[in-house]
Amino acid sequence: MPDPLLALNALNAHYGDFQALYDVDMSIERGEVVSIIGANGAGKTTLMRSISGLTWNDPAQVVFGGRPIGDLRADLIAGLGIALVPEGRQLFPSLSVEENLVLGGKTRRPGPWSLDKVYDLFPILGERRSQASTSLSGGQQQMVAIGRALMANPELILFDEISLGLAPVVIGTIYDVLPGIIGEGMTALLVEQDISRALAVSSRVYCLQEGRVSLEGRTDKVSREDITEAYFGAAAA
Amino acid sequence: MSAPAVTRATRASRIATVVAALGLVVLMLAPWWAGRADMRLMGEIYLYLSLACLWNLMAGYAGLVSVGQQAYVGFGGYMLFALTVFGGLHPIAAIVAAGGLAAVVSVPVATLIFRLKGAYFAIGTWVVAEVFRLSFAQVSALGGGSGSSLPVGIVRSLSSSRSGREALSYWLALGAAVLVIGTVYLFLRSRRGLALTAIRDSEAAASGLGIDIWRTKLEVYVVTSALTAVIGGLIFLQKLRISPDAAFSVNDWTAFVIFIVVIGGIGTLEGPIIGTLVFFAIRETLADFGTSYLMILGAVAIVVMLKAPKGIWGLIRDRFDLELFPLSYRVHQNGGEGGTLR
Amino acid sequence: MIEWVNALVQGILLGGLYALFAAGLSLIFGVMRLVNIAHGDLIVLAAYIGLSTTMILGVHPFVALLIVMPVMAAIGYALQRGLLNQALGDDILPPLLVTFGLSVIIQNALLEGYSADPQKLNGGVIETASISLGGLAVGILPLLTFAIAVAVIAVLQWVFYSTGLGRGFRAVSDNQEIAQLMGLNKAHVFGLAMALALGVTAIAGILLGVRTSFDPAIGGGRLIFGFEAVIIGGLGNLWGTLAGGVILGVAQTLGAKIDPGWQLLAGHVAFLVVLAVRPNGLFPRVEH
Repeated sequence: MPDPLLALNALNAHYGDFQALYDVDMSIERGEVVSIIGANGAGKTTLMRSISGLTWNDPAQVVFGGRPIGDLRADLIAGLGIALVPEGRQLFPSLSVEENLVLGGKTRRPGPWSLDKVYDLFPILGERRSQASTSLSGGQQQMVAIGRALMANPELILFDEISLGLAPVVIGTIYDVLPGIIGEGMTALLVEQDISRALAVSSRVYCLQEGRVSLEGRTDKVSREDITEAYFGAAAA
Repeated sequence: MSAPAVTRATRASRIATVVAALGLVVLMLAPWWAGRADMRLMGEIYLYLSLACLWNLMAGYAGLVSVGQQAYVGFGGYMLFALTVFGGLHPIAAIVAAGGLAAVVSVPVATLIFRLKGAYFAIGTWVVAEVFRLSFAQVSALGGGSGSSLPVGIVRSLSSSRSGREALSYWLALGAAVLVIGTVYLFLRSRRGLALTAIRDSEAAASGLGIDIWRTKLEVYVVTSALTAVIGGLIFLQKLRISPDAAFSVNDWTAFVIFIVVIGGIGTLEGPIIGTLVFFAIRETLADFGTSYLMILGAVAIVVMLKAPKGIWGLIRDRFDLELFPLSYRVHQNGGEGGTLR
Repeated sequence: MIEWVNALVQGILLGGLYALFAAGLSLIFGVMRLVNIAHGDLIVLAAYIGLSTTMILGVHPFVALLIVMPVMAAIGYALQRGLLNQALGDDILPPLLVTFGLSVIIQNALLEGYSADPQKLNGGVIETASISLGGLAVGILPLLTFAIAVAVIAVLQWVFYSTGLGRGFRAVSDNQEIAQLMGLNKAHVFGLAMALALGVTAIAGILLGVRTSFDPAIGGGRLIFGFEAVIIGGLGNLWGTLAGGVILGVAQTLGAKIDPGWQLLAGHVAFLVVLAVRPNGLFPRVEH
């Protein structure tokens, strides 16, 4: 069996002074779509920061394509092919829509995604390419954030709470395009509080509770009850 | 099981109090045991120590990082000259009055430069110091750009004998240092000190607690400005000669003071004391090397800032959990040593 | 009357030099929120490197720029990567104190190397040449200085808003973490920004040295002029910085016209008045 694309080995990560993750093991195969669910403070954001290199750990705790990257700088990890769609979009306010997208392609990795393809995917962005990114609606900003990550032609794309703060109809639009993106052979890791959305697009799920993996399984095998228990703890089940 | 007791004093701080009291008595008797040059050096040490404590109160506790305190050193010096020569005041009265005048002047200055934040505030204070320097250079009665000396008659009014003047000048410097350290210590122990700590930890949270941040910072600025002017008066009472460039020197009255505080440990009361001793040790050892001692000093300050930002005292405190000035609250459970709340 | 017009024109042209002092300061603050206290001393350092270059190679100070600019840029990059990047963070104290220490070191190193004697760069005929503009004799050197300032700011503006390098500067300025996720090496981007800023500083230093005499102690004053130009013009606005430099220059020459002792004082007072009336400067940057 070939190496997984991403492996977390007993990851212990800190958020500020607090330990946010305890001995987290995960493994993501190429082409998989995996969702990570958990309550606020379960360690989801720290997980994303650890994988993308914004939080440093021991090298072997994060392994990407067989290479230990736990202590690698974020910009080098980006060059290896991991892109993040961050929570809250976090576009560059002093850059136009197109400049945000062009900067996403800074790593110049070869692949299917280009400015034109992003505009094909989200035509509204093409119309507003020269506007300031802050002048767009929340949903349009999320499209820029997704497009910006795609421009890097990543092997692994991380989505952090992409539905947070958006209207339901906008969330629907965004989730409608996700399968098309992932269909391009990309591997995706999806952090989401909207459990049903997450389960619908992913094949496997990890549940985090207070920094530990409380459940792991195929989305068609785990029950709602299992998830509720893993999400809130045994007391709530 | 007894209820936890909250105290501020520790064994180390009680010992420190006794040692400090004994030390103070010994230092007060210096005119009887120290030589003329030593007394002069010690007087200079006390005045630098005072400047360092005051700058530390502003930058280390109130977050007001000024590089323009020479404004008030020079102001105090010039007021000593102006009030004695033209106002006919006794030098000591003139120095006290200089402090009061500096407090008055510092209020409008603060309302203006508090509009600048962070590093821009720092350079803004420097601009103010330049305005002071250029303004006093315009006053021809005080010697204009080349400065003037304190008339002999005024110097004699302190004491008719040279040794009497030197002893008085020494005691004034020592007294000023005790006054400054005491004021800063009491200020920090008061409710205002608690407000400052809250502001330092989080301005947003402090303002949520109903603390008027602007006003608290203003109070610190006014108090430090007044005391800095007093120290400035004493500095030029020792020198007996003043000129705009000497009175408002950024190197002498701010750069060295900042280095002292950083090396000793910013944001602690002990830091400036240790920093002053280290500064004078470096200065006296390397004085023969001319300007290169300043380069060494600058380099030491940079290294300390980057490698040990809490300074020498920070290193000592982290290692031994020592505190000579009891500012923190300590919680004791069942007589145990307990934790420290800072 | 003509003397006042003359003072006004001289002030405007002097403002070009102050804008050059300020441009590097403004750029650095814009990209990494660093206020470099040693900026004035670096201007003076550039003038001294220019002095050595002209003496060793026997070239005109402007030709010496071909050497001084890359040297200063290299110093800037090395300084940023080797020292200043370590000082950057949420706390404003470390960068302030580190650059303050740097300022003292540069000053005293220059003192050791070149002594406290005033020096001057010899610009030759250009120093005294002038042209007649509507009855006013306007010096070629001040005119050239102003033209260079306009050109430098235009170039910086272009770099900042129309090149990939500038895109990187703005992205890092907006959000350092996310910029790194795009593959930008923050430390390198900051190094390039400081290199560019000190390249501009090289131009400022040479023009300063040709215009007036200089000694190791004048750095602090140049920092303050640059700082005042930045604040008067409004933070983060390069053309505003030029306007700020002009206002400062005009205030100084008009002040000097009234009384020679008031030259610097008038400039500082103008700055304090702007601070009192318009705390955000005259032309604060508008977020688009």
